[in-house]
Amino acid sequence: MRAEPPGPQHEWLDGEAGPVVRPYTLTGGRVRSAVDGFDLVAFVLATSDLDPAGDPRLLPEHRRLVALARQPVSVAELAAELDLAIGVVRVLLGDLLAQGLVAVHEPPAAGHLPDDDILKAVVSGLRAL
Amino acid sequence: MDSVRYDHAGSDTRIPLALKILIAGGFGAGKTTLVSALSEVRPLQTEEVLTGAGIGTDDISGVEAKSTTTVAMDFGRITINEDLQVYLFGTPGQDRFWFLWDELAFGALGAVVLADTRRLADCFPSIDYFEQRGIPFVVGVNCFDDARRFNLETVRRALDLDPDVPMVLCDARDRQSGKMVLISLVEHVARQRGEPVPAA
Repeated sequence: MRAEPPGPQHEWLDGEAGPVVRPYTLTGGRVRSAVDGFDLVAFVLATSDLDPAGDPRLLPEHRRLVALARQPVSVAELAAELDLAIGVVRVLLGDLLAQGLVAVHEPPAAGHLPDDDILKAVVSGLRAL
Repeated sequence: MDSVRYDHAGSDTRIPLALKILIAGGFGAGKTTLVSALSEVRPLQTEEVLTGAGIGTDDISGVEAKSTTTVAMDFGRITINEDLQVYLFGTPGQDRFWFLWDELAFGALGAVVLADTRRLADCFPSIDYFEQRGIPFVVGVNCFDDARRFNLETVRRALDLDPDVPMVLCDARDRQSGKMVLISLVEHVARQRGEPVPAA
């Protein structure tokens, strides 16, 4: 089911919808990442242990992303840690990817079901909880 | 494949495989409660921004100048082993945020639809969504303290569920109960592939 076409703006803006924000100010108005991808459960990993602190192209948020990605970390967790919208984090990650500061490991393509061994491991792992 | 590893980041860093499970159901059906009960980490929230780019149009020119609003989505994580993690995503409860579901559902292993017998109709849209997309799901009938207990078959008839869709009574506040719902989902996914998971 696709959403209805957007109605007048005021229908979207109420308590349930959350505060009105301008989240893309941080990205200089860029709403699309330079690269596609960054699934919610894609893993991001910094390519180097060096802190890219001296790089004038980087915002503090970029550097936090790199720091968090010293260990593999999912896109969803990065967004939660930085308290930024997913779309904003994708743009920032696109910057870091373009500069070679992070690598991204996308999950297997949709429609590619995990094999039987994995499903068995999930069931036994859940039973052990 | 003799291992659940599917990728290498380098010589020694292992990238886990993350499986995505959606927790759906009507507003107040217990989605956030279930995610909290099952997650090993403090349940986190991500926000998705509502913009022209998210609502089925490619024309994003000028979006940056418009007001936008955000929708919070709960998620939690269960680490199965060092190579395998399960991510739980609670779906936004309001119908008008359906388009966000498409991203959440992309590549998902399956879904849990939480039903509240006091407001059974609230989970119809979730069931329709997963049926239409062929995404495996189970129905967890959340047993609220003040709800009349229904026979599962009665609920199944009321929901017009296919006979092969598992239904599980559950208490979304209880980790053991929630985990049985997830197990029934994974077993259901395996059965649909024709490869039953033997009882451990």
